[in-house]
Amino acid sequence: MQSSQRRPYHPPMQIQLSHPARTVEVKGPKKVKDLLRELNLPVEAHLVIKGDDLVTEDEMLYDWDQIEIRPVISGG
Amino acid sequence: MNCTKCKTKAVIGLSRHNAAFCKVCFNGFVHDQVARAIKSEKMFGKDERILVAVSGGKDSLALWDILLKLGYRADALYVNLGIGAYSEQSHVKVTKFAEAVAASHGATLHLHTVEQEAGAGIKELAQLIHRPTCSTCGTIKRYQFNRMAVEQDYDVMATGHNLDDEAARLLGNVLHWQEEYLNKQGPSLPASVEGFAKKVKPLFRLSERELAAYAVLNRIDYIVEECPMAKGSKMLQYKDVLNRLETESPGTKQTFYWGFLEKQRAKQPMATTMTEKDRAVLHPCASCSQPTTAEICSYCKMMARAKAHSA
Repeated sequence: MQSSQRRPYHPPMQIQLSHPARTVEVKGPKKVKDLLRELNLPVEAHLVIKGDDLVTEDEMLYDWDQIEIRPVISGG
Repeated sequence: MNCTKCKTKAVIGLSRHNAAFCKVCFNGFVHDQVARAIKSEKMFGKDERILVAVSGGKDSLALWDILLKLGYRADALYVNLGIGAYSEQSHVKVTKFAEAVAASHGATLHLHTVEQEAGAGIKELAQLIHRPTCSTCGTIKRYQFNRMAVEQDYDVMATGHNLDDEAARLLGNVLHWQEEYLNKQGPSLPASVEGFAKKVKPLFRLSERELAAYAVLNRIDYIVEECPMAKGSKMLQYKDVLNRLETESPGTKQTFYWGFLEKQRAKQPMATTMTEKDRAVLHPCASCSQPTTAEICSYCKMMARAKAHSA
């Protein structure tokens, strides 16, 4: 049975990435591990930060969340 | 996902340990790993003076933070390489950390500016002497950190090399069968001859991701941008390959590097053989007195070439 109430439209998640700095849009809701897989980013080489908080791979992310995917690799 | 230890909400999952931690338990885990590294490799004691090589990146600032919180006497040296905005930003990060965190522990930050001594930044120097920038940078940093440690009577010099750095370096050395480098790769290198400081890597048990998480959780403001000179480097390629393997098979990097260390220990006590070998081939540089295999060390040769080209 479909709900008669329509959800308010919300634009997709704005994901902030580095190296190079850029923003990509991904439609939520989505688990962290699925988001990384979709962007072809290995879990081991990245941290996902929601707002100011570090989150684990099973965390569910929504369109209104502020997300940063931070690469952890450095060094020449 | 809940914390394996206290069952509250976890902030990081560590597949290679089949564990997850909240912030408090994760900090405990990180400190414990560093304490174990220091003890197992006999790196230094609480009464010894340590010089930490800091760059403004997550690893070296996390190392300084951890050592101070564990109660060690750790000062730091930052070498400003003169890589435009990148060096300016990293300089600011290091200075801020020194003022906001390290000063309250009574720790001092030393500074060295390449341009002041060499007359040019690292990029220009590398061009002048026709050598790759990363190799020029390595020579200068090794030289300056060792010089500061020896001249200021530090007992040991500590760098922020982590499990990923060491595993990637090992992969590179194995791929090219560089046995001489393999023999010298370890988390604790002795002060084999006069003029050489003891060098240790207290973060060798922790991955790059764990250290980035430590920095984020403890609000350590580090430089996230990659060094512009390191783009496309072999080390970054090796790290990428290892991390793709690690994601599929957690524990790969640890098994690879720690396994190497175990085999190395079983074969021969590295400190003894390294000391013997170094004593046989090293002597003071005719120009600056730092140990070298040649008459003039590579740093002095580099400076002489740079001065000749710029004159």
